[in-house]
Amino acid sequence: MTKELLEGNFAMAEAAVRAGCEAYFGYPITPQTEILEWMSHRMPELKRTFLQAESEVAAINMVYGAACTGTRVMSSSSSPGVSLMMEGLSYIAGTEVPVVLIDVVRGGPGLGNIAPAQSDYNQLNHGGGHGDYHQIVLAPASVQEAIDMTVLAFELAEKYRNIVVVMADGSVGQMMEPAELPEMRPVTRIQGDWPVTGNVGRPPRVLTSIYIDPPAEEVYNHKILNKWYDIQANEIRYKEYYLDDADFVVVGFGTAGRIALTSVRAARAEGIKVGLLRPITTSPFPFSQLDELSKRAQGMLVVEMNTGQMLDDVRLAAKGRLPVEFYGRPGGMMPFPDDILGEIRRLAHTPLTTEGDPRKRWMDRVRTGELMLR
Amino acid sequence: MDTPQTEVQTVYIRPASLSGTPTHYCPGCTHGIAHRLVAEVLDEMNVREQTIGVAPVGCSVFAYNYFNCDFVEAAHGRAPAMATGIKRVMPNHIVFTYQGDGDLASIGMSEIMHVAGRGENITVIFINNTIYGMTGGQMAPTTLPGQRTTSSPNGRDVETMGYPLHMAELLAQQPGAGYVVRRSLHDPKNIRQAKKAIRVAFEAQKRGLGFSLVELLSTCPTNWGVTPREALGWLEEHMIPVYPLQDFKVIPTLAELKF
Repeated sequence: MTKELLEGNFAMAEAAVRAGCEAYFGYPITPQTEILEWMSHRMPELKRTFLQAESEVAAINMVYGAACTGTRVMSSSSSPGVSLMMEGLSYIAGTEVPVVLIDVVRGGPGLGNIAPAQSDYNQLNHGGGHGDYHQIVLAPASVQEAIDMTVLAFELAEKYRNIVVVMADGSVGQMMEPAELPEMRPVTRIQGDWPVTGNVGRPPRVLTSIYIDPPAEEVYNHKILNKWYDIQANEIRYKEYYLDDADFVVVGFGTAGRIALTSVRAARAEGIKVGLLRPITTSPFPFSQLDELSKRAQGMLVVEMNTGQMLDDVRLAAKGRLPVEFYGRPGGMMPFPDDILGEIRRLAHTPLTTEGDPRKRWMDRVRTGELMLR
Repeated sequence: MDTPQTEVQTVYIRPASLSGTPTHYCPGCTHGIAHRLVAEVLDEMNVREQTIGVAPVGCSVFAYNYFNCDFVEAAHGRAPAMATGIKRVMPNHIVFTYQGDGDLASIGMSEIMHVAGRGENITVIFINNTIYGMTGGQMAPTTLPGQRTTSSPNGRDVETMGYPLHMAELLAQQPGAGYVVRRSLHDPKNIRQAKKAIRVAFEAQKRGLGFSLVELLSTCPTNWGVTPREALGWLEEHMIPVYPLQDFKVIPTLAELKF
């Protein structure tokens, strides 16, 4: 395979096709509709299943049904649509069937707008649907990563019988850049002891999320939590840049992390010993890596395209050992590298505190005009 | 001395498609009859091992315990969407949903309309007993005008609570529907007719003739606050005038089938 100029949404769709996705159910919503459109011709061309559902509610329940048969299946949507899918995702988590979802996050809350944002972090990483469950969440920062993580998503979903979400944002979905698609893999169905396929020569199987007896539901909750610890132990992924000698650590995922890398390089050119940690799995979150960094760095800066959702996880990892500052652009706005560079300079050259609320400090600086928005 | 010879003839046996698990349904409830009719049809068509059922939320949430075939359990109202997902990747299997009136006609209205609209090749067994049974007898979209429930204590007032929905009539309007009829479970004659309809509905699916649905008028003595016998009479007297037992859509190929 060679690199081609690919748009993120088409690239993720084709990556899913080549990863052996056999069924796609979705509903149009900007800025991810190109995934649905690509699937609408590509899947029938390969004699696979494509269906435009009547709603995201229906789409995720179609995915649920197909997943129960051991079929490699996915959906894609964007923030308001993903909110509608929360019911189905909870049932899927309660049934332990493998499902892949791509969320091309846009500005919110409510109808919001169609610009890139990272405001679904909490919804995807800290629940969303009812009940106790965890999703694996992958955060691509480029078209190539979007491709690779889509393929990885199917592998992880089936390995753990778990929901895996590729949490892209509008810019990853819409931008074009050179990237390489994977080889076409054969379509296979899961042959485990759980898919419902008709009970030929075996007792009937039932796939359900109901455990009407509370002690049984408690045991199920223990089971999926222990599975989650297994996932935490084996699947945490992140990228490190210039962290070996870093006094200061910038933390950002997806597009915000990618922009922050430019700022980190500029700061390095000025002689500031700063590095970047970019979580690839925001769930499971690289707590222990940040824990270690917080023992040797002098300050951290969290950069997000929201009002500080991952910030809470970073602060949890840092345990108050060092100042953690925040810079965010919510609502569909994106930070400029110079803006983050300014924050890195502030981190390196002004007295910082571990007291107070970094989100509030940031908001106050925006409110008073100290932080210029452009 | 000769041992007397007794000839044993089986006149009644549990269908292989029923699991034998005692149901949790209330005395006098017609769910048991509906389950048995579906099971008899699966047996007669010899499709049990190729069948995947989709259970709803409501009294029949545990339907999967009573059938002897693969089953999944859907979210409230979403059984038709889940059945769609299964049928699209298992097109040669028999896929059916079993849904009550709250599940199908209220929270699941969108999903049921669209499976009919798509002509999704699945079978729906629709239990209409005019009430939410599992939650203790609240007003359903099919509750009759004037009918008392725990959430319409003075009777359903159509001025504020609207009119009952006629799902079979509504769904039969969709070009994708191949077979949509209403039957009743209140006496043996109607039960036999209900079984024939269920057979035709599954035959429609087997032949790939589009969406099929049998609405079954059913009783809920517990939440209606009457005896099982009174419930059967109440159904006949009050429900059938509102919900006529008719064939609303039978495509010509099916009209020729005789069972």
